[in-house]
Amino acid sequence: MGGEHPAFLWRTPEPRRSYDVVIVGGGGHGLATAYYLAKEHGITDVAVLERGWLAGGNITRNTTVIRSNYLWDESAGIYEHALQLWEGLEEELDYDLLFSQRGVLNLAHTLQDVRDSVRRVQANVLNGVDAEWLEPDEVAEACPLVNVSPDVRHPVLGATFQPRGGIARHENVAWAFARGADALGVDLLQGCEVQRLVVEDGRAVAVDTSLGRIAAGSIGLVAAGHSSVIAETARLRLPLQTHPLQALVSELYEQVLDRVVMSNAVHVYVSQAHKGELVMGAGIDGYNSYVQRGSVHVIEHQLAAALELFPVFANARVLRTWAGIVDVCPDASPIVGPTPVESLYVNCGWGTGGFKATPASGRVFAWTIANGRPHVLNEPFSLERFTSGALIDEHGAAAVAH
Amino acid sequence: MLLVPCPWCGERDETEFSYGAEAEVAYPADPSALTDAEWGAWVFFRANPKGPLKERWVHVQGCRRWFGVVRDTATNEFVR
Repeated sequence: MGGEHPAFLWRTPEPRRSYDVVIVGGGGHGLATAYYLAKEHGITDVAVLERGWLAGGNITRNTTVIRSNYLWDESAGIYEHALQLWEGLEEELDYDLLFSQRGVLNLAHTLQDVRDSVRRVQANVLNGVDAEWLEPDEVAEACPLVNVSPDVRHPVLGATFQPRGGIARHENVAWAFARGADALGVDLLQGCEVQRLVVEDGRAVAVDTSLGRIAAGSIGLVAAGHSSVIAETARLRLPLQTHPLQALVSELYEQVLDRVVMSNAVHVYVSQAHKGELVMGAGIDGYNSYVQRGSVHVIEHQLAAALELFPVFANARVLRTWAGIVDVCPDASPIVGPTPVESLYVNCGWGTGGFKATPASGRVFAWTIANGRPHVLNEPFSLERFTSGALIDEHGAAAVAH
Repeated sequence: MLLVPCPWCGERDETEFSYGAEAEVAYPADPSALTDAEWGAWVFFRANPKGPLKERWVHVQGCRRWFGVVRDTATNEFVR
């Protein structure tokens, strides 16, 4: 998008009393859902309700890593679909997303890491996901800044490499989906807090909000860390635990790091944004919390890990740390689909790694709402799996490395 | 950094503790009598309120004992 930035990217409409579809949550996944509902299903009588401001939550608090190198077939299906959508998304939305396929390295530091990583590379290849195993000298070649010397506490024994992985500028992604949805007629309602889902005879029929009751033909709940709080108002229990997840940026530096580097074992992931700040994250804070703030020892731990991998960062200075609150599922995979409450659909449990999935999550969730049943790509990610036991355990691919 | 009130050692840094999530989740008296949904609920579903949560901590780097406290997850304050 060249030239002068427009004053407004979307309208600020008055809420109507009724919509065909109400999306609860104006983050990346909610905005993408609204966009695809309008674009691919012709459903334009849609409102996105956001209690704060659009894109004020996890969509702009993540570390912007995009990759699809998950272990299981179900995950490869949805995350690889997302990556393919990313590859055409700037054109689709006519917006510069600063999407940069600079390659993602997942380092291995122990023999078990090596075995798990090689297995994951092979699973990826079988699923058509680009993946390579790199020996330490190849890691040094792919990313010269990484310390691959054998005499550190956690030596680099190799890495998985996904060349098509990378980063994008997350607020642009949210704004582009918001602008696209608005242009197709979707009402984006900011400062509209959903307090309660209204259920009559087993069917979700409306939401009570800070701006009054709004009736809905269908409701899509996409409220990230607050999903279980809102679902409870419809007596729907979700297997989610809400935790803070912290990230940080350094001051701005010359471009020195042109890959995304992640390490489960020493607990950090790092990339360098286009502007120049080093962007780092690690694991969740251990306790349940809805406070968008975490404990400082988690930051200390991730900085120690970063220095082990990148001794050159010893002179870098932290500019800012923050947290988002994430909804974590027992199997580190999301829940996307219908619920026992008729006309209520949930898209939650993305936990620590939802950003990369944004376009696919929105697209299949829109399909699910439009058709009243799950799309083939999100069918395995049902709420029902916590009864059947058909879990999609992605702790290895997702738990720290988002 | 939370200061966690250990009933035996007093307030100590969070780094001395491990977290145990919701407290008082009893093992089912007769597991084989449960339906799949009931068993799934016991295994996978835990309270996740925005507000007071009765939860478990263990003082792993201290007295090594488990205990229950109530903490408000909207403010992180220990209520009792």
